[in-house]
Amino acid sequence: MRLRTGGQIDRDTTISFRFDGQYYKGHPGDTLASALLANGVRLMGRSFKYHRPRGVLTAGSDEPNALVELRSGGRQEPNTRATVIELFDGLRAEPQNAWPSLKFDALAINDRLSPFLTAGFYYKTFMWPAAFWEKLYEPIIRRAAGLGSITTKPDPDAYDKGFLHCDLLIIGAGPSGLMAALTAGRAGARVILADEDFRMGGRLNAETFAISDMAGSAWAAQAVAELTTLSNVRLMPRTTVFGAFDHGIYGAVERVSDHLPTPQDGKPRQTLWRIYTKRTLLCAGALERPIAFANNDRPGIMTASALRAYVNRWAASPAETVAVFTNNDDGHRTAADLIAKGVKVVALIDTRADAPKPAGTELIAGAQVIDTSGRLGLAGITVKLANGQTRKLAVGALGVSGGWNPNVAMTCHQRGRPAWDDSIAAFIPAGDLPQGMTIAGAAEGQFSTHAALAGGATKAAQALNDLGITTTKPDLPQAEDAPTKITPFWHVRGDKRAWLDFQNDVTVKDVKLAHQEGFRSVEHLKRYTTLGMATDQGKTSNMGGLAVMAELTGQTIAQTGTTMFRPPYTPVAMGVLAGRSTGTDFRPTRLTPSHHWAKEQGAVFVEVGMWLRAQWFPRPGEKTWRESVDREVRATRNSVGVCDVTTLGKIDVQGVDAAEFLNRIYCNAFAKLPVGRVRYGLMLREDGIAYDDGTAARLAEDHFVVTTTTANAVAVYRHMEFARQCLWPDMDVQLISTTEAWAQYAIAGPNARKLLQKIVDPAFDISNDAFPFMACAEITVCNGCPARLFRISFSGELAYELAVPTRYGDALIRRIMAEGAEFDVTPYGTEALGVMRIEKGHAAGNELNGQTTALNLGMGRMVSDKKDSIGAVLSRREGLTMPDALRLVGFRPKNPQTRIPAGAHLLEKGAAMVVANDLGYVTSACYSPTLESYIAIGFLKNGQARMGETLRAASPLTGEDVEIEIVSAHFVDPEGERLRA
Amino acid sequence: MIINHPLLGPCDAQEFVYKGDASLIDRPDGMADGTDAAFYDYAYLRDNPAGEHRELWYHEQGDRSWLVVTRNTVTHEITSVELARDVARSMGRSR
Repeated sequence: MRLRTGGQIDRDTTISFRFDGQYYKGHPGDTLASALLANGVRLMGRSFKYHRPRGVLTAGSDEPNALVELRSGGRQEPNTRATVIELFDGLRAEPQNAWPSLKFDALAINDRLSPFLTAGFYYKTFMWPAAFWEKLYEPIIRRAAGLGSITTKPDPDAYDKGFLHCDLLIIGAGPSGLMAALTAGRAGARVILADEDFRMGGRLNAETFAISDMAGSAWAAQAVAELTTLSNVRLMPRTTVFGAFDHGIYGAVERVSDHLPTPQDGKPRQTLWRIYTKRTLLCAGALERPIAFANNDRPGIMTASALRAYVNRWAASPAETVAVFTNNDDGHRTAADLIAKGVKVVALIDTRADAPKPAGTELIAGAQVIDTSGRLGLAGITVKLANGQTRKLAVGALGVSGGWNPNVAMTCHQRGRPAWDDSIAAFIPAGDLPQGMTIAGAAEGQFSTHAALAGGATKAAQALNDLGITTTKPDLPQAEDAPTKITPFWHVRGDKRAWLDFQNDVTVKDVKLAHQEGFRSVEHLKRYTTLGMATDQGKTSNMGGLAVMAELTGQTIAQTGTTMFRPPYTPVAMGVLAGRSTGTDFRPTRLTPSHHWAKEQGAVFVEVGMWLRAQWFPRPGEKTWRESVDREVRATRNSVGVCDVTTLGKIDVQGVDAAEFLNRIYCNAFAKLPVGRVRYGLMLREDGIAYDDGTAARLAEDHFVVTTTTANAVAVYRHMEFARQCLWPDMDVQLISTTEAWAQYAIAGPNARKLLQKIVDPAFDISNDAFPFMACAEITVCNGCPARLFRISFSGELAYELAVPTRYGDALIRRIMAEGAEFDVTPYGTEALGVMRIEKGHAAGNELNGQTTALNLGMGRMVSDKKDSIGAVLSRREGLTMPDALRLVGFRPKNPQTRIPAGAHLLEKGAAMVVANDLGYVTSACYSPTLESYIAIGFLKNGQARMGETLRAASPLTGEDVEIEIVSAHFVDPEGERLRA
Repeated sequence: MIINHPLLGPCDAQEFVYKGDASLIDRPDGMADGTDAAFYDYAYLRDNPAGEHRELWYHEQGDRSWLVVTRNTVTHEITSVELARDVARSMGRSR
């Protein structure tokens, strides 16, 4: 019900929202939880395992119970805590984990089965047979358990990432955080003040304390107003700092648009901030813990501080008559605040016999709540009095206070282990704190408002002093300074189930069972019972579980230990972690210089690394990709073809020692390569395995251009820099990647020279004598355009690669096509390129697969033993040079029209398809239009000695089993006459 | 993590590519007699300390320096950052 006055809500504005199919009214300033309570709705969800009716337990981000599905369609968001959803007009939320309805949930039968569903239930029940797991157990469990469901529609909203830097990050804008921000902000330091709430002030907004002569919430608003005027202070409400990472880096999520029906134009829904800090002050406050007693999970039972927060901040009371159950003085505040607001508090039940006397309600001292009643919401409680008699009280809500836990989560993110403090019966931060972090206020165990204000000011001053920034001590406002009075009390003894972890449905009985079965260490307890393993990370439950275990083992809580808190502090949406890196924006797309031209030609593109390359160029009438590819191959071999090879990595190598450097990078010799010549080079890894191949062209004594494969361009450059800086630091050699600087085209086929002669400026003689196979030169084309020409061939044809500065790449392809019209020049894509290199027997990525050596590739003799090069020593290892080592060979099917499956393994005729009979494997296969037959290349044991033999290529994956003949891998022009023509 | 680059100052570790143990600088001479064993150690054997570790990082999204970073593998504390080239020279590597 909504109280007639009070609360930090805008009563002049009424907004409408829907929950579980019903429409309700609320006000700006409400959360979904406060608005539902104001409308008399206590039942908000069903529990995870037993499907018990549940309402709110808290009023903040520590909420374990009131999880709802927010919004719909692509924006549907499961497991959203009703306690932190800021109400907006038109909000729609649905309960989850309930079928067919929230009020009647069929799986509430689990609650009756609870004797079977105790801790370790899965481990014990579903042990075997193993095959049942996937098909039977898991689907049943997944349907029965689990929380909300995710949408499969794409999220229509954008998420951003950003970076922030500051002198002092203050986490939490309660009294200590605000006082710290005022102190640091006034001193001119760069300050970030982040708070997960939409209204800064922390508990000040939920309490009735006065600060100086004003309400606490008014003082907070005044402090925020002053901070807003300071340009060096960045206020970040709706921002959860979720993790403390190495070296003072913090992760934070700002919910930019979650409080709006849809984001404003151009605004993200959320922003992930990476905050680089010099110092951090944790002012995260404290979280109240419940007491476990029988049936303590009914809707209407909540922490005492939540009850008073709903009444004070939102003027919403879950019921007309309430009671409070406490073991400490703070519970009395709840009773007093509620009485002051006109809520009927029928009794204050205090476990302490010597509890102070409250005004306006009956004190039942030395008593315990031993049971509750009410099917879908609390109707009554049973109290066991000090004299052993029981008494029933009719109440619609019960506030429970078991004391406060300093919010130490963030202090544990870098190995901090909290220490037990008897004076407040709670853990306080201790151990290795994140770099630069100090703690103030309730998070440090300083629970009074005065101590929080003083701690914020002092700790901020200390942090800035470390940085050499002088602060002025602020005048501290007057505030309450009550001592913490608590007698620890964790759970009421009894036979019925008493909940510790509400989200994962873990009861005191489960902890007892874990103890009985030997799972006594904190970490075992956690994993066996799932205590604290839900999305709330046990913020309200871990302490209770530890206390029960301590009691069972006869140890103190300090001896029992504590579990680690890990990032994120509260759940973080995957969307904001991905940011803009989704779909095609997952990574950059690199376009070749001829891309736009190729698109005009209707090319089909393929992703190669980040590049988009033309795969083939379909022509009208061609029905299959094979028709296009076969045509491109034939046209190239018969006349001339052109292919964009810009994507190959290009590394410029310059310096007096350039040749000697390449001599050590490549396994074959480079020192004596003449200027104006190109050589094929094979790089090995230091373990002797082939790494990458390409060509090195010597443009001058001290200048080479090296090419790498497209896929390895970045890694090879990194590897060469490693060799240059770390292995031979005094060599005079410089490297620079020029992959993007040059557009490069392969022009291949018998008419390649004739075509090029129309493009290359006449001053340059490219006749066979002047510019033979493996020649290179810096030339000009198209009347003065600088260019590089390499006479190299991947296709096996008379071929050149022509490079021009990238900005001329588009013009050059158009020029080549225009000048080549008379030869019917044909553009070819990566498929035809692949077919021609297989026909020629050139190794590529399929062959340089990280398992093969130069010997395997048929290039064993290239590895020079006259020089020290990377990988040479280990390439000569016994294991890599066995007589029956794999050799690269070619395969032809007995029937030319039978496909050879790539990846097939080689077997003798009649041999069983088992590993022991394995003779090698097929790496690359294609249809060769030149040979009018399927062909393949691959590795065969002792292959060089088996030419002409017949084997089988069998694929257990596709079921194909093909008879093949072993042939040379060089199907086309094995003598190399064409490329020297 | 933040790596304090000797030339460029503090840089986020995301700008770097990690390689591994800085002992990779100490490559044996491939032309020495019986160098196989030395190369086996070099290629395959690494210490895996819980504590201080000297390791190679490459500033790929930066100036392309290889750095030797001394980092505590338990706490991630970085106690020194040097140019790998200087380290290599100090170990007697040259050409």
